[in-house]
Parts: sequence; structure tokens; C-alpha cells
Amino acid sequence: MTLKRAFWTVGLLGLVPLGIGFYLRLTTGHELANYGSIIPWGLGVAQYIYFVGLSAGAFLLSSLVYVFGVKRFEPIGRLAVFTAIVSLLLALLAIWVDIGHMERFWYVFVYANFTSPMAWMIWLYTAYFVLLVVEFWLLMRRDLAVARTLPGWRGRVASVVGLWSRDTSDAGLVRDMRWVKVLAAIGVPLAIMFHGGVGALFGVLASRPYWHSGLYPIIFLVSALASGGALLAVASAVFQEGWRAHRQMLIDLGRVVLGLLLLDALLQFSEILVGLYGGDKGFVESLQLVLSGPYWWVFWIDQMLLGLAFPVIVLASRLHLDPRWVTAACAGVVLGFIGVRLNIVVPGLSVEEIQGLTEAIADPRVSLAYFPSAFEWMIAIGIAGLGFVLFGLGEIFLPLSRHLQPDANVHGGAR
Amino acid sequence: MAVAGISRRQALKSVAAGAATTAILAHEAVAAATTPPRKHHWGMVIDTQRCVGCEACVIACKIENMTPPGVFYTVVTREPLPGSRNDRPVFMTKPCFHCEEPPCVPVCPVNATYKRPSDGIVVVDYDRCIGCRYCIAACPYGARWFDFGDDFQFLPAAGDQVSPEYKQYRVRTPDGSPVGNVRKCTFCLHLQDESGEYDRSAGRWPACAKTCPGHAIIFGDLDDPESEVSKILRERNAVRLKEELGTEPSVYYLL
Repeated sequence: MTLKRAFWTVGLLGLVPLGIGFYLRLTTGHELANYGSIIPWGLGVAQYIYFVGLSAGAFLLSSLVYVFGVKRFEPIGRLAVFTAIVSLLLALLAIWVDIGHMERFWYVFVYANFTSPMAWMIWLYTAYFVLLVVEFWLLMRRDLAVARTLPGWRGRVASVVGLWSRDTSDAGLVRDMRWVKVLAAIGVPLAIMFHGGVGALFGVLASRPYWHSGLYPIIFLVSALASGGALLAVASAVFQEGWRAHRQMLIDLGRVVLGLLLLDALLQFSEILVGLYGGDKGFVESLQLVLSGPYWWVFWIDQMLLGLAFPVIVLASRLHLDPRWVTAACAGVVLGFIGVRLNIVVPGLSVEEIQGLTEAIADPRVSLAYFPSAFEWMIAIGIAGLGFVLFGLGEIFLPLSRHLQPDANVHGGAR
Repeated sequence: MAVAGISRRQALKSVAAGAATTAILAHEAVAAATTPPRKHHWGMVIDTQRCVGCEACVIACKIENMTPPGVFYTVVTREPLPGSRNDRPVFMTKPCFHCEEPPCVPVCPVNATYKRPSDGIVVVDYDRCIGCRYCIAACPYGARWFDFGDDFQFLPAAGDQVSPEYKQYRVRTPDGSPVGNVRKCTFCLHLQDESGEYDRSAGRWPACAKTCPGHAIIFGDLDDPESEVSKILRERNAVRLKEELGTEPSVYYLL
């Protein structure tokens, strides 16, 4: 219970900086941000690719259940889709406040540019978002139809969210699941395309040697799967019945995360070593920032120690048989990937494209140094807090980890 | 049901394929008919031997375009040549290169930045730009700047400054474009007349080139063999920066 209280405290406290940050964004625009014209993308963009990766990863893992019929992950199927929706919402919020004119976001649909990887990414994740919501609704429909008979406001909420569906029959459930399979099957290539597209958005830029690699879209996908799987493990360990109910499944999920994590590390090391050997000046400068720059600890402590060494040691040793250790290892991965995302965005930009450019002008916006301002931290922490709140609300309202029985005592079951 | 050996399915397929082809051809025909022909290829030759590093071009540009702090359509870098002493640096003024293959243009998600077909100047549509800054990341030359809404401390408050850019004469407000947009050098295209011509003797000439006391910035039409830029490029060895990226800059340097 104390853990749950801490969870809610963190989430609700997070809404305060989110409110302040959002107010400042609306009243002062980008004036309080610390990025500039040399490093045009900062914490907000890193947070965006972080959450969007968690979303794609969680969704692709849910397809194990709904497309490929892997029964052992059945209990977290719905949680995975819910995680994908929440993560995507947070990602979209992060990138929405980051653009210069928030009121113009819809221009992407009206003034379409088919050669822009960013435009493709936005169209694809819009389709993905719609698909996620419909799939999730279908997954929840029967349970909502059951839960609408609950007394009080819970029943009313279930009734509205379930669009007044009353069908609690097994035939209805079978029909729902048939549609879920179709949607999930469409969703797999969609998620691969849109998240590969996020990687391509960076990878296509020949101006940025650190990003310009054919491996980028692939690395984005693998790291999405690894981090999304890890978040899913953490969520299923704390959510509703928690780790006690999902013992074996958590152990299995830990194995999956270990494999993905090692594959991701292989790709990252290949990227680093090939670039380093090639010796392209821009690449090496960016890499030096990552390895030994002022924020070296993001790579060595967060990425390597917390996000790679610790989880690999736990998941490859006997400790992986204890679901609590698996949860801790996966929490390490989830936190470690924050560093991965920051170390993609900022060092790639923090090199002089023209030698002497940043010394030619004495202006804080024309600088190779970047550390997020208080305003940026407030938005970022606030969005993370919102994530806690959304998860918490999901826990209260949605029977995510098991189906409600139409005849059983639903009054106790929907907690 | 088959009529003359053609099934309904096949007929529908043919009709769909025909419609798609017609649509594409029509789109291209409209584009061809509405795109004005190329009249000029504006460009620059910058003679680093003549540059003394006074930065008059930077100041002239800022005054002409009324750019806010942190936005510099041209800068002057100062780098010692390898092996030479630091008291003899190479000065290099660097506007936007208005590339023939600009990497900033295809990445824009909303087509807000484009290369003008008539004269090759790369521009930003302030009313369309959403401020995602992808083009800043895509430009290999650091030629694009985000307008954060910052203002000079000792200059008239926002609202009093009017920039002649694009002949739009926008009044600077805290939240209206170009605040929140990406901005860049336009070769001072607001000084062109209605037919798109500059006139040096009338002072309608890019501010940096007009101001340069050493005549180090030479501006003109690269397509006109009789222009000063074309003549210099024939006579002397010029270089362009980062040729390996295939951007085909319209700005050349003499070393």
C-alpha cells in the first residue's frame, strides 16, 4: 500500500510542474528553453523518442499474444496495449509543446510533403494511434459490458467507455478477438514503419555524421522492443495482482528482454566501432562528447551500468528466477534508455558544422553547450508524472490483467 | 460476369490504373504550367583574401532584416590556417548558400520551406512553418536559425520593430510569426523589384554585399555569363564547402 501511495504521490506531484510548464509555454513560448539554433533539439525531443519507443515496443510485444498466439504472455496482452497508448500520449504531448507553433500541428495533414520522414512518421503514428484505441476498446468491450452493472460511478464510467455495449456473451468475445487479431496484424507493420521512421528521421541527415547510418532505423526498433518489454515487465509486476500473480510470465519476459538488450548492445557497439574506425570528424566529436564529455556519466553510469551491465548480470544469472530481481533489472533498462535517447539527440547536434561558427557569435543560442532549463525540466518531469497518473487511473478503472466473469461476483472483481 | 472476355474485376482494375495514371499526369502538367521558368541563379563569390573580419556585413544584415538576438543570417568566422600563426587568421563570412540541392527543403513536414523556382532563393513561409526545427538539423552549414522570441534589451520593445523580410513588413509580436519559426538569409529578396531584379546602383542589393568595405562579398547571377560572379569563377579557382554532400551550394569561396 505504501508503494501505491508513493506512486500516486509522484504522479500527482508531477502534475504541478506540468501545469506550470504548460502555462509558461503558452505565455512565453520558447524563450525559457535552453536549446538554441546550434542545438535545436533538446530534452523534449529526447523524451519524445523515448516514449514513442516504449509505445512501439510494448505494442509489438502485445502482438506476440494477439497475432502470433503466444499464450504465456496472454495475461499482459491488454496491459501491453494500454502501455502503448499511455506512452504514445506522453510522447505526443512532449513533441507538441516542443514545436514552435502548437496551433499549427494539423498543417502536417493539410500541407503534406511526401519527401519528409517527419511527415511520414506523423501520418503513420496517427494511424497507429487510432488503431491502438480501437484495438484496446475491443479488448476491453466485454469486461466493460460486465462492469456496467456495478453500482455507482464505476458502473456508469464503464457503461460510457464501453459505448453502452451490453453483449456479455462468449460469442461476442470471440467476435471481438477476431477483429483484434486483424487489427493487431495490421498494427505490426504499421508500428515497424512508424518507429523505423523515427530512426530514419535522424538517419537520413547527411549533415549529422553521428546519425547518418543505415543502422539507425534498425537500432530504434530493437531498442524500442527492449525498453518497451522492460517497461511492460515493470508495469505487470506492480499493476493490479502484481508480480505474485505473474511469477512465471515475468521470468519469461525477463528472458525476452535480455535477448533484445544484448541484440541492441551488439548494434550499438557496431555503430560506435565502425564510426570510430572510420574517423569522420563529426562522428568522432559527437562520440567523444558521449564517452568523455561533460555528461560522460549519462553514458557510463546510466546507459552502461544501470541500463546494460546491471540488467544483463541479473537476467543472465540465477537471479533471473526471482521475479523481483527481474522487475529491478527491467526498471534499470527503463531508466537506462533515458540516457540512450538523450545521447542520440544532443551529441549528434553538439558539433560545429562550420568550424568557428559558435565562436563567431557571442550568444547563448549559438552555443555547443546544452543543459535543459528549469522550464524544460518542469515539462519533462510533468509529462512523466502524467504517465504515472494515467497508469494509476488505468489500474483503478480497467480490469487489465484478467477478464471479468459475467456471472461471477463483479463487485469485488473490478478493483 | 464477363463481357467480351473481360471480367468485371479486370475492368475495374484497368479503370483504377487509368484513373491513377491520369491523376499523376494531370498533377505534373499543372505543376509544369504553374511553375515559373528559372530566370536567375543568384549566388555569391566570397574572397577571403579581401576580408578583414570587420563584420560590417553582420551588422548590415541585422539592421536590414531587423533580426532578433540569436538570429544571424550571416556570420564571420575566424580560424587560423593550419600551420600559420593565429595573428593571420582566415576570416570567412557565411550566409545561407542557397544550395541547388538544399537538404533542408525535402525534410520539411509541411512544405513551409522551398527553393523559389524563378531564382533559386531558399525561403521560409512563416505562415506555414510549424517550428519543428528539422531543417536546422538537416542543414550542413548552420545557416538556419530559430526565432525564440528574444528581444534586444536596449532597443524599442517588441511591436515597434518591423522587418521588411519577404516584403511582408511584419510587426514583431511575442507570439506571432516569425517568432516560433525558423529563419534564414533570403539574399535580401525584399529588395528585388516586381520582376525579381536587383539594382545595385539604386541600392537594391543584398545588404552584406552592398556594405562590405573590402568588396569581399560579390553577389550576382551565376546563370549570366557576363555577371561579375561568373567572370570571377571563370578566372579564379573557387571552392564550395562540403561538396561531398552533393548540396551544390550557390556560394563560392576564393582562398
